[in-house]
Amino acid sequence: MAFLLPAFLLLIFGYGVTLDAHDVPVALVIDHPDAVTASFSGKLAHSPYFSPRAFATIGTAEKAMADHEVTAIVWLREDFTRKVLSAGAAPLGVIVNGMDANSARIIEGYLQQVWMNWIEARAAERATPPPLPVAVQPTIRFNPAVSSRDYLIPGLIAMIMTLTGALLTALVMAREWERGTLEALMVTRATIREILIAKLLPYFLLGMGGMAASVAMAVALFHVPFHGSLAVLTGTSALFLLAALGMGLLISSLARNQFVAGQIAIITTYLPAFILSGFIFDIGSMPAPVRVVTHVVPARYFVSILQTVFLAGDVWAVILPNALALAAMAAIFLGVARMGARKRLD
Amino acid sequence: MWHQVFALIVKELLAVLKDRKSRMVLIGPPLIQLMVFGYAATFDLDHVPIAIYDEDPSAASRDLIARFTGAPVFQEVASLPSAHDIDALIDARRVAMVLSIGRNFTRDLLRHRPARVQVIVDGRNSNTALLILGYANSIIADFDQAWMRDHGRPPLPAVLDMRARYNPSLSSQWFIVPGIVAVLTQVVVLLVIGLSVAREREAGTFDQLLVTPMRQIDILLGKGLPGLLIGGIEASVIILAAILWFHVPLRGSLPALYLGLFLFIAAVVGIGLMISSLAVTQQQALLGAFLFMVPSITLSDFATPIANMPPLIQDLTQVNPMRHFLAVVRGVFLEGATLSSLWSHYWPMALVAAASLAAAGWLFRKRAS
Repeated sequence: MAFLLPAFLLLIFGYGVTLDAHDVPVALVIDHPDAVTASFSGKLAHSPYFSPRAFATIGTAEKAMADHEVTAIVWLREDFTRKVLSAGAAPLGVIVNGMDANSARIIEGYLQQVWMNWIEARAAERATPPPLPVAVQPTIRFNPAVSSRDYLIPGLIAMIMTLTGALLTALVMAREWERGTLEALMVTRATIREILIAKLLPYFLLGMGGMAASVAMAVALFHVPFHGSLAVLTGTSALFLLAALGMGLLISSLARNQFVAGQIAIITTYLPAFILSGFIFDIGSMPAPVRVVTHVVPARYFVSILQTVFLAGDVWAVILPNALALAAMAAIFLGVARMGARKRLD
Repeated sequence: MWHQVFALIVKELLAVLKDRKSRMVLIGPPLIQLMVFGYAATFDLDHVPIAIYDEDPSAASRDLIARFTGAPVFQEVASLPSAHDIDALIDARRVAMVLSIGRNFTRDLLRHRPARVQVIVDGRNSNTALLILGYANSIIADFDQAWMRDHGRPPLPAVLDMRARYNPSLSSQWFIVPGIVAVLTQVVVLLVIGLSVAREREAGTFDQLLVTPMRQIDILLGKGLPGLLIGGIEASVIILAAILWFHVPLRGSLPALYLGLFLFIAAVVGIGLMISSLAVTQQQALLGAFLFMVPSITLSDFATPIANMPPLIQDLTQVNPMRHFLAVVRGVFLEGATLSSLWSHYWPMALVAAASLAAAGWLFRKRAS
């Protein structure tokens, strides 16, 4: 289970989760086709991000957008060519379906590129000086191809390990509490610490195995680059797993029965690890009170470490503070869970 | 027959609402999650930390920098004296972007040569990187046009006039909050159903129930309707909060929304009952619920677009009730969708509901015999 679950989840997520738009269906409405509009539609069709479809009128294009057949409309009006050739500043109409705001912004960015390419190509053809005063040279560090999979998969590993670590521990330990087998152990000569270590060690090892399998899949199957060192990865994974196991242990000793433990584990691990960890939504852009809440989500620190270790390498300025936070969380969770275990015996 | 079903429903509701722990699980977390996630789940950038390295301090470069520092999206946290620190700042995640203005910026501008500006972005989160680059490009395009106007250069042949339909300010909250209606409703309904079957198992009354004179359909109704009721109330509270608290516009028809909600909950109830009747232990029931919930949220369009997935997985999402309900909620809220425009999403949910309820009924009967 501890191996299959991570592999199953990583497969679904790895193939299912991507933010890269490609071949976005776009309606192209040209009121008066000629050589000038053809040079623009050529640039649009050439872009890997769009697959344009011609519509005769803006009305039919609007209808297609309402029916979700196209995501955006590009509209060259009747007087487009006349304005391009005379005064300039011909309006190039773009209407995007803004429902999915993030995709809409990214589509707008790609259309801006098409527009700039067209303007520069026109100037080059006519041997006129570059029309845009500023030449922007973008550099995307660590991920030059801007592939969202490369950043989502390290985050996914953190999420999956939270789930398997905390959920499995919570369930298994809750069953022990329920059946009273833990109490039975506690009246033997073994100390509470020995009992907890003995109970957690197998899950810790299973978790590290699941982690190794996930990393191997990320590199071999999804071709995510790995620039950091295995030592750093192993060390921080161990810290994170301790925190996750501690969380599961704490949940189990609070809940007393399997079902409530499972519910609490699902509610406190899955959605927070998905939404509050920086795995997909940028923490820096969240409102201040929510940013404070993210500090109690262990996945937050691990996501940051994994994204850095995979894509950037061993950057100690990122790894050290996050690893310290993980160590502190592991100590707190395990400490509180141990105190809880002692109390229950009385 | 009806008063037997009614009695079972009353018993189920009482059992859920009388237990302090299950009451807490049903009421507290969904509301807290709505509030936290409603604000947290955003793709909109705000106060992104940036650093600026200006090799050519001049009126023109100051104008360009002012456009960056004046934008609410960006916040300047460092002004660099040399190019030396750029990489280290980005590596340590202290800044997400560095704007580097080239040495001959003003001279090139005046001589009609390309004036070089470097935009260096942290690509560890590629989505944020693309958005930052988009914002930087539009700020620079504005600067370009102002410069051309002020220095008598001919205007560009064409300018972009971009608008967004349905969500003019491109707020991700308008996209995500209706999505939370679907996510939390599904979690609550799965928990209610799982809880009710698990409790009977624990007490050993589930097998007793199966040998009573009640028919399978009565047991299904008795187990399913409380989930429908609680899920419906929970969803209504979240829908109200979306309208009144988050001010997401509700443009379409309420009957269209509630027909979708009814079919969605029916499908989730069916799947929940199916998982419960398949599982032998509570642990299996929980893992089953979990193994259904995680992919159903991931492959639903909630945060990552289905349109970007490989075709095979896109086809697979057709059997995911959450995917269709998300389309209904968002369609009704933002696009003003009505009953007639949403059929393509109603019938798959109805199909999943019918199939899973029938399967659950059959599994119940198998257990009884």
